[in-house]
Amino acid sequence: MGDIRITEEEMRQALNGRHTEGVQSRISAARVAVAGLGGLGSNIAVSLARIGVGRLHLIDFDRVDVTNLNRQQYFADQVGMYKTEALRENLLRINPWLELRTDCLRVTEENAAALLRDDMYICEAFDDAGNKAMLVREVLEKLPGTYLVAASGMAGYGDGNAIHTRRVSSRFYLCGDETTEAAAGRGLMAPRVALCAAHQANMVLRLILGER
Amino acid sequence: MITVRINGQEESFTAALSVSAFLEAKGYRTDRVAVEKNGAIVPRREYESCLINDRDTLEVVSFVGGG
Repeated sequence: MGDIRITEEEMRQALNGRHTEGVQSRISAARVAVAGLGGLGSNIAVSLARIGVGRLHLIDFDRVDVTNLNRQQYFADQVGMYKTEALRENLLRINPWLELRTDCLRVTEENAAALLRDDMYICEAFDDAGNKAMLVREVLEKLPGTYLVAASGMAGYGDGNAIHTRRVSSRFYLCGDETTEAAAGRGLMAPRVALCAAHQANMVLRLILGER
Repeated sequence: MITVRINGQEESFTAALSVSAFLEAKGYRTDRVAVEKNGAIVPRREYESCLINDRDTLEVVSFVGGG
Protein backbone atom coordinates (compact mmCIF):
# COMPACT_ATOMS: atom_id res chain seq x y z
CA MET A 1 0.00 0.00 0.00
CA GLY A 2 1.41 3.41 -0.99
CA ASP A 3 1.70 6.44 1.26
CA ILE A 4 -1.57 8.18 1.99
CA ARG A 5 -1.26 11.87 1.24
CA ILE A 6 -4.77 12.91 2.25
CA THR A 7 -6.30 13.43 5.69
CA GLU A 8 -9.55 12.10 7.13
CA GLU A 9 -10.89 15.65 7.08
CA GLU A 10 -10.11 16.00 3.37
CA MET A 11 -11.94 12.73 2.67
CA ARG A 12 -14.92 13.90 4.73
CA GLN A 13 -15.07 17.20 2.85
CA ALA A 14 -14.76 15.45 -0.51
CA LEU A 15 -17.71 13.15 0.29
CA ASN A 16 -19.77 16.07 1.58
CA GLY A 17 -18.89 18.05 -1.53
CA ARG A 18 -19.99 15.28 -3.87
CA HIS A 19 -23.06 14.09 -1.97
CA THR A 20 -24.07 17.19 0.04
CA GLU A 21 -23.81 17.30 3.82
CA GLY A 22 -27.34 16.20 4.68
CA VAL A 23 -27.14 13.14 2.45
CA GLN A 24 -23.64 12.26 3.62
CA SER A 25 -24.54 12.46 7.30
CA ARG A 26 -27.18 9.76 6.75
CA ILE A 27 -24.81 7.59 4.71
CA SER A 28 -22.08 7.96 7.32
CA ALA A 29 -24.45 6.92 10.12
CA ALA A 30 -25.69 3.76 8.36
CA ARG A 31 -24.80 0.20 9.28
CA VAL A 32 -24.91 -2.28 6.43
CA ALA A 33 -24.17 -6.02 6.47
CA VAL A 34 -22.97 -7.85 3.38
CA ALA A 35 -23.50 -11.61 3.72
CA GLY A 36 -21.30 -13.37 1.17
CA LEU A 37 -18.23 -11.69 -0.34
CA GLY A 38 -18.20 -13.18 -3.84
CA GLY A 39 -19.15 -11.48 -7.08
CA LEU A 40 -22.15 -9.73 -5.56
CA GLY A 41 -20.85 -9.00 -2.07
CA SER A 42 -17.39 -7.73 -2.99
CA ASN A 43 -18.88 -5.36 -5.56
CA ILE A 44 -21.62 -4.17 -3.19
CA ALA A 45 -19.01 -3.53 -0.49
CA VAL A 46 -16.79 -1.51 -2.84
CA SER A 47 -19.73 0.71 -3.89
CA LEU A 48 -20.81 1.28 -0.30
CA ALA A 49 -17.24 1.94 0.84
CA ARG A 50 -16.74 4.53 -1.89
CA ILE A 51 -19.81 6.52 -0.83
CA GLY A 52 -18.65 6.39 2.78
CA VAL A 53 -21.15 4.07 4.46
CA GLY A 54 -20.34 4.41 8.14
CA ARG A 55 -20.10 0.83 9.23
CA LEU A 56 -19.81 -2.19 6.97
CA HIS A 57 -20.19 -5.72 8.31
CA LEU A 58 -18.50 -8.20 5.97
CA ILE A 59 -19.25 -11.91 6.28
CA ASP A 60 -17.76 -14.90 4.42
CA PHE A 61 -16.03 -18.17 5.35
CA ASP A 62 -14.13 -18.69 2.11
CA ARG A 63 -10.71 -17.85 0.68
CA VAL A 64 -9.95 -16.03 -2.57
CA ASP A 65 -9.57 -18.51 -5.44
CA VAL A 66 -8.12 -17.92 -8.90
CA THR A 67 -11.56 -18.67 -10.39
CA ASN A 68 -13.00 -15.68 -8.47
CA LEU A 69 -10.88 -13.11 -10.31
CA ASN A 70 -13.20 -12.98 -13.37
CA ARG A 71 -15.77 -11.01 -11.37
CA GLN A 72 -14.87 -10.46 -7.74
CA GLN A 73 -13.06 -7.43 -6.31
CA TYR A 74 -9.82 -9.20 -5.40
CA PHE A 75 -6.34 -9.25 -6.91
CA ALA A 76 -4.05 -12.05 -8.11
CA ASP A 77 -1.69 -11.51 -5.17
CA GLN A 78 -4.63 -12.15 -2.77
CA VAL A 79 -5.39 -15.70 -3.92
CA GLY A 80 -5.42 -17.92 -0.84
CA MET A 81 -6.33 -15.12 1.62
CA TYR A 82 -9.60 -15.16 3.50
CA LYS A 83 -12.08 -12.96 1.61
CA THR A 84 -12.86 -11.01 4.78
CA GLU A 85 -9.18 -10.05 5.13
CA ALA A 86 -8.56 -9.42 1.43
CA LEU A 87 -11.65 -7.22 1.13
CA ARG A 88 -10.76 -5.34 4.31
CA GLU A 89 -7.40 -4.55 2.76
CA ASN A 90 -8.98 -3.37 -0.50
CA LEU A 91 -11.71 -1.26 1.11
CA LEU A 92 -9.20 0.46 3.38
CA ARG A 93 -7.16 1.39 0.32
CA ILE A 94 -10.29 3.17 -0.98
CA ASN A 95 -11.03 4.84 2.34
CA PRO A 96 -8.64 4.23 5.28
CA TRP A 97 -11.14 5.67 7.77
CA LEU A 98 -13.96 3.19 7.22
CA GLU A 99 -15.27 1.27 10.20
CA LEU A 100 -15.32 -2.41 9.24
CA ARG A 101 -16.47 -5.49 11.11
CA THR A 102 -15.51 -8.83 9.59
CA ASP A 103 -16.79 -12.29 10.45
CA CYS A 104 -14.97 -15.18 8.82
CA LEU A 105 -17.62 -17.87 9.22
CA ARG A 106 -20.41 -19.74 7.47
CA VAL A 107 -23.89 -18.22 7.94
CA THR A 108 -26.42 -20.84 9.04
CA GLU A 109 -30.03 -21.03 10.16
CA GLU A 110 -28.68 -21.23 13.73
CA ASN A 111 -26.39 -18.16 13.72
CA ALA A 112 -27.91 -15.79 11.13
CA ALA A 113 -30.18 -13.74 13.37
CA ALA A 114 -27.60 -13.26 16.15
CA LEU A 115 -24.89 -12.38 13.64
CA LEU A 116 -26.96 -9.65 11.95
CA ARG A 117 -28.85 -8.16 14.88
CA ASP A 118 -26.88 -4.87 14.90
CA ASP A 119 -27.31 -4.19 11.19
CA MET A 120 -30.27 -2.20 9.91
CA TYR A 121 -29.62 -2.98 6.22
CA ILE A 122 -28.72 -6.48 5.10
CA CYS A 123 -27.49 -7.54 1.65
CA GLU A 124 -27.96 -11.19 0.76
CA ALA A 125 -25.01 -11.92 -1.55
CA PHE A 126 -24.61 -15.69 -1.41
CA ASP A 127 -23.99 -17.99 -4.36
CA ASP A 128 -26.12 -20.99 -3.40
CA ALA A 129 -29.89 -20.78 -3.95
CA GLY A 130 -30.69 -22.67 -0.74
CA ASN A 131 -28.51 -20.34 1.33
CA LYS A 132 -30.14 -17.31 -0.27
CA ALA A 133 -33.62 -18.52 0.63
CA MET A 134 -32.50 -19.49 4.15
CA LEU A 135 -31.11 -16.03 4.89
CA VAL A 136 -34.23 -14.33 3.57
CA ARG A 137 -36.48 -16.51 5.74
CA GLU A 138 -34.33 -15.96 8.86
CA VAL A 139 -34.04 -12.18 8.45
CA LEU A 140 -37.73 -11.65 7.72
CA GLU A 141 -38.82 -13.89 10.58
CA LYS A 142 -36.35 -12.94 13.31
CA LEU A 143 -35.07 -9.42 12.60
CA PRO A 144 -38.00 -7.00 12.51
CA GLY A 145 -36.99 -3.44 11.77
CA THR A 146 -34.30 -4.44 9.28
CA TYR A 147 -34.33 -4.07 5.51
CA LEU A 148 -33.21 -6.91 3.28
CA VAL A 149 -31.92 -6.59 -0.28
CA ALA A 150 -31.43 -9.99 -1.93
CA ALA A 151 -30.40 -11.14 -5.40
CA SER A 152 -31.43 -13.90 -7.78
CA GLY A 153 -30.47 -14.46 -11.44
CA MET A 154 -27.41 -12.71 -12.90
CA ALA A 155 -25.40 -15.44 -14.68
CA GLY A 156 -24.17 -15.29 -18.28
CA TYR A 157 -24.13 -12.37 -20.70
CA GLY A 158 -27.83 -11.94 -21.44
CA ASP A 159 -29.64 -8.62 -21.65
CA GLY A 160 -28.31 -6.20 -19.06
CA ASN A 161 -31.70 -4.50 -18.90
CA ALA A 162 -33.29 -7.72 -17.61
CA ILE A 163 -31.59 -7.05 -14.26
CA HIS A 164 -34.08 -5.13 -12.14
CA THR A 165 -34.95 -4.23 -8.55
CA ARG A 166 -38.40 -4.94 -7.17
CA ARG A 167 -40.02 -4.48 -3.79
CA VAL A 168 -41.43 -7.85 -2.75
CA SER A 169 -42.86 -6.56 0.53
CA SER A 170 -42.35 -3.72 2.99
CA ARG A 171 -38.83 -4.76 4.13
CA PHE A 172 -37.76 -7.08 1.33
CA TYR A 173 -36.30 -6.09 -2.05
CA LEU A 174 -35.07 -8.42 -4.79
CA CYS A 175 -32.53 -7.65 -7.55
CA GLY A 176 -31.60 -9.70 -10.62
CA ASP A 177 -33.39 -11.16 -13.62
CA GLU A 178 -34.91 -13.79 -11.27
CA THR A 179 -34.35 -16.62 -13.76
CA THR A 180 -30.79 -17.03 -15.07
CA GLU A 181 -29.07 -19.62 -12.91
CA ALA A 182 -25.32 -20.18 -13.04
CA ALA A 183 -24.70 -23.38 -15.03
CA ALA A 184 -22.13 -25.05 -17.27
CA GLY A 185 -21.76 -22.85 -20.34
CA ARG A 186 -23.54 -19.99 -18.56
CA GLY A 187 -21.08 -18.89 -15.95
CA LEU A 188 -20.99 -15.85 -13.73
CA MET A 189 -19.22 -12.96 -15.44
CA ALA A 190 -18.08 -9.57 -14.20
CA PRO A 191 -20.43 -7.25 -16.13
CA ARG A 192 -23.78 -8.80 -15.25
CA VAL A 193 -22.81 -9.73 -11.69
CA ALA A 194 -21.58 -6.18 -11.15
CA LEU A 195 -24.84 -4.82 -12.60
CA CYS A 196 -26.82 -6.84 -10.09
CA ALA A 197 -24.50 -5.83 -7.23
CA ALA A 198 -24.92 -2.18 -8.23
CA HIS A 199 -28.71 -2.62 -8.11
CA GLN A 200 -28.36 -3.96 -4.58
CA ALA A 201 -25.99 -1.21 -3.46
CA ASN A 202 -28.23 1.46 -4.97
CA MET A 203 -31.30 0.00 -3.26
CA VAL A 204 -29.49 0.07 0.09
CA LEU A 205 -28.52 3.69 -0.56
CA ARG A 206 -32.12 4.56 -1.43
CA LEU A 207 -33.33 2.96 1.80
CA ILE A 208 -30.69 4.81 3.84
CA LEU A 209 -31.95 8.05 2.30
CA GLY A 210 -35.59 7.28 3.06
CA GLU A 211 -36.75 6.16 -0.41
CA ARG A 212 -39.08 3.16 -0.38
CA MET B 1 -63.57 -23.14 -4.02
CA ILE B 2 -61.05 -20.59 -2.76
CA THR B 3 -59.40 -17.73 -4.59
CA VAL B 4 -55.87 -16.69 -3.66
CA ARG B 5 -53.69 -13.88 -4.95
CA ILE B 6 -50.24 -15.34 -5.78
CA ASN B 7 -47.46 -13.00 -6.89
CA GLY B 8 -50.10 -10.55 -8.04
CA GLN B 9 -52.22 -13.08 -9.99
CA GLU B 10 -55.52 -14.57 -8.84
CA GLU B 11 -55.69 -18.35 -8.70
CA SER B 12 -58.42 -20.75 -7.61
CA PHE B 13 -58.16 -24.00 -5.66
CA THR B 14 -60.86 -26.52 -4.76
CA ALA B 15 -60.25 -26.12 -1.00
CA ALA B 16 -57.91 -24.58 1.54
CA LEU B 17 -54.44 -26.16 1.35
CA SER B 18 -51.18 -26.09 3.27
CA VAL B 19 -48.19 -24.08 2.09
CA SER B 20 -46.26 -27.32 1.52
CA ALA B 21 -49.11 -28.82 -0.56
CA PHE B 22 -49.23 -25.61 -2.59
CA LEU B 23 -45.45 -25.56 -3.17
CA GLU B 24 -45.44 -29.21 -4.17
CA ALA B 25 -48.37 -28.75 -6.55
CA LYS B 26 -46.56 -25.86 -8.23
CA GLY B 27 -43.24 -27.71 -8.47
CA TYR B 28 -41.28 -25.39 -6.15
CA ARG B 29 -38.28 -26.67 -4.22
CA THR B 30 -39.04 -25.83 -0.59
CA ASP B 31 -35.37 -25.29 0.27
CA ARG B 32 -35.05 -22.55 -2.36
CA VAL B 33 -38.12 -20.44 -1.63
CA ALA B 34 -39.26 -17.71 0.71
CA VAL B 35 -43.03 -17.49 1.19
CA GLU B 36 -44.93 -14.53 2.58
CA LYS B 37 -48.59 -14.90 3.46
CA ASN B 38 -50.54 -11.68 3.90
CA GLY B 39 -47.26 -9.80 4.30
CA ALA B 40 -45.66 -12.05 6.93
CA ILE B 41 -42.92 -14.58 6.26
CA VAL B 42 -43.92 -18.21 6.75
CA PRO B 43 -41.12 -20.09 8.58
CA ARG B 44 -40.14 -23.31 6.81
CA ARG B 45 -41.08 -25.40 9.87
CA GLU B 46 -44.67 -24.15 9.45
CA TYR B 47 -45.13 -25.13 5.78
CA GLU B 48 -47.12 -28.24 6.77
CA SER B 49 -49.37 -26.51 9.30
CA CYS B 50 -49.88 -23.10 7.68
CA LEU B 51 -53.11 -23.12 5.67
CA ILE B 52 -53.83 -20.97 2.65
CA ASN B 53 -57.41 -19.76 2.85
CA ASP B 54 -59.82 -17.86 0.63
CA ARG B 55 -58.63 -14.33 -0.22
CA ASP B 56 -55.15 -14.81 1.18
CA THR B 57 -52.29 -13.05 -0.56
CA LEU B 58 -49.11 -15.03 -1.20
CA GLU B 59 -45.70 -13.89 -2.37
CA VAL B 60 -43.42 -16.75 -3.38
CA VAL B 61 -39.82 -15.90 -4.22
CA SER B 62 -37.87 -18.79 -5.72
CA PHE B 63 -34.11 -18.31 -5.80
CA VAL B 64 -31.69 -19.45 -8.49
CA GLY B 65 -27.97 -19.98 -7.81
CA GLY B 66 -25.20 -17.51 -8.61
CA GLY B 67 -23.51 -14.61 -6.92
